[in-house]
Amino acid sequence: MARAVTNQRKALNTVIAWSIGFLIFFPILWTILTSFKTEADAIANPPIFLGFDWTLENYAEVMDRSNYARFLSNSILIAGGSTILGIIIAIPAAWSMAFVPSRRTKDILLWMLSTKMLPAVGVLYPIYLLCIQLGVLDNRFALVVILMLINLPIIVWMLYTYFREIPGEILEASRMDGASLKEEILYVLTPMAVPGIASTLLLNFILAWNEAFWTLNLTSVDAAPLTAFIASYSSPEGLFFAKLSAASTMAIAPILILGWFSQKQLVRGLTFGAVK
Amino acid sequence: MGQITLQQVRKAFGDVEVIPPLDLNINDGEFVVFVGPSGCGKSTLLRLIAGLEDVSGGMISIDGNDATALPPAKRGLAMVFQSYALYPHMTVRKNIAFPMRMAGMDQAEQDRRIEGAAKALNLTDYLDRRPGQLSGGQRQRVAIGRAIVREPSAFLFDEPLSNLDAALRHGMRLEIAELHKRLDTTMIYVTHDQIEAMTLADKIVVLQAGVIEQVGSPMELYNSPRNVFVAGFIGSPKMNLLTGTEASNRGAHTVGIRPEHIDVSATEGTWKGTVGVAEHLGSDTFFHVHVEGMQEPMTIRASGDLTMSHGDTIYLTPDEQRFHKFDNAGLRVE
Repeated sequence: MARAVTNQRKALNTVIAWSIGFLIFFPILWTILTSFKTEADAIANPPIFLGFDWTLENYAEVMDRSNYARFLSNSILIAGGSTILGIIIAIPAAWSMAFVPSRRTKDILLWMLSTKMLPAVGVLYPIYLLCIQLGVLDNRFALVVILMLINLPIIVWMLYTYFREIPGEILEASRMDGASLKEEILYVLTPMAVPGIASTLLLNFILAWNEAFWTLNLTSVDAAPLTAFIASYSSPEGLFFAKLSAASTMAIAPILILGWFSQKQLVRGLTFGAVK
Repeated sequence: MGQITLQQVRKAFGDVEVIPPLDLNINDGEFVVFVGPSGCGKSTLLRLIAGLEDVSGGMISIDGNDATALPPAKRGLAMVFQSYALYPHMTVRKNIAFPMRMAGMDQAEQDRRIEGAAKALNLTDYLDRRPGQLSGGQRQRVAIGRAIVREPSAFLFDEPLSNLDAALRHGMRLEIAELHKRLDTTMIYVTHDQIEAMTLADKIVVLQAGVIEQVGSPMELYNSPRNVFVAGFIGSPKMNLLTGTEASNRGAHTVGIRPEHIDVSATEGTWKGTVGVAEHLGSDTFFHVHVEGMQEPMTIRASGDLTMSHGDTIYLTPDEQRFHKFDNAGLRVE
C-alpha cells in the first residue's frame, strides 16, 4: 500500500523544500543584489534587501578596471581544455576497466580515487617548483594539464560507472553482427553512453571552472581565469563589497546559465547509480 | 553450409581449466543442443565457437576452414543472446538492418530482407518501434530476425528462452523448431532445460564440468544413457537410480528405472511403499513413493485417472527389461 499523503502534508513539504532551496541560494542572491548597490548601501547596517537605489556603476567600473574578456576567455580555455583532454584520456581508460577488467582494476580505481584524499596544498610546493623549473608558471596550457590531472579520477570514475551499466552482451552482439572495434564504439557504445559522457563533461567543466586553489596559486597575469578576477577585488585597497559582488556575479554568470539549462543532465549525472 | 568441427579445443581461465581438451563434430543443417547443469561450460563452449572467447588450445574449423583465430564477425555465424542484446537506441528496423549495414549490403536488398524477416516473425507492425516498447517475446523475435537476415552458416542460441514465461517459452520453442525446418541451417542451442533439448535437438551434447558425457539423438540418450550422470539428467521426471541389494540382485553397481517403466497397483507388486506426494497433472500423475528398505523416494509416472493420495499404500512393479545397469565407475553395462 502506498503511504497516504494528505494535502496539508504536501503543502508543508512544499514550503519546507522551498525554504531550504531559498536558504541555499541566498548567498548567491545576496551577491547579485549587492552588485547593484552603491558601496555605501552595500555595507549599510541594518542591511537593505531591495529598497536601495539600483545602479550599474559597479559593473561599469569593473569593466573599466579589468579586462573581463581576457579572464573569461582564460576560464573557458582552462575549464574547457582540461575537461576535453580529460575525457579523451578517460574514455579508453574507463572502457577497458568496464569491459575488459583485470584482477587489478578495482585496486587501480581505488588508488586513483585516493589521490583525491590528499589535500591539494600538500602537493603545492612540488608542483609550484616543477612549474618554475619548466618555466610554465602562469601558463594556460600548464593549468589545463594540472586541472585535467586533478579531475581525471572523477572523470574516469563517472565514465566507468556509466559504461558498467551498458550490458556487455550488446557489445558482443555488435561484434557478432560484423562491427569492427571502431564501428562498435561509434554506432553502439557511444550512442548508448551519450547521456553519461554529456553529464561527465558538464560536471567536470563546472568543477574546473570553479577551481580556485591552483588557478590562484599558479597564475598571475597571462593565464589568470575568473577566479583570479574575483580575488583581485578582495584585498589590496580594502574591501569594496559592491564591486567585489559585481565581479563575482560576472564570474559565476556563465556557469550559472550553463547549469540552469543543463540541470536535467547534471542531476542524472550526479545521482546515477543511486536511483535506478 | 555450416559444418563445425572442434579438435582438442580447451579453455582455461587463469589456472582453472573449464573445458579440458574436447572433440566435437557438428554436421551441416544439424540442430545440436548443448545441455548440462549450470556451470558445466556449455555457454563457454558456445562462446568459443562464436569467437567471443579465445580458445586456450586446439582448433575450431568452420566449413573446413580454420577459424580458430578469426574474429567473431568473420566466422559467418549469428548469435541470439539470453538477454536478446538488442540495440536500445535503434528501432526494430535498424536493429535488424545492423548486420547488413555492417556488411555494406545495398539498401534495396536490406529492405527486401527486413520485410521478409518481419513477415516471417510477425514483426511487420513493430518495425518503427524501439526495443523498450516491445514485450519479451517480441524482443526475442527481433533478435532472431537480426540473426536470420545475415543468412549465416550457423545460428548460435545462448539460452534464448530462459527470460520468457512458461507459455511464451513453449510458443517460441515451436517457432525455433519451425525456423530450423524452414531454413535447414545448422543451429547450436545452449540450454539447461532438458525438455528443450529433447524436443528441439537432432543431436544432444550432454556436458558436465566441461567434459562431454554423451553425444547422441534424444532417443539414444533416453534409451541408452552412457553413464549415471546422463541417465539422471535426461528424462523428466528423473530416472530412479538404485544401489545396494536391488542393484546387486540385477548384477550391477547401480541400476536405473524410469518413472514410466514402473507399474502401479493397489494390491500387489514387487515393492511395497506409501505415497508421499502425488502431483496430478491431468493426463499424468507423478507419485513420489517411499518404498520399504530404500532411502530415496521413487518417482512413478502413472495414468491421470489413478486416484491415490498421500499416505496410501501402493505396490510397484518395475519392467525388468527396462532396467539400465551401471558399473561402479558409473558406466553403462549391457
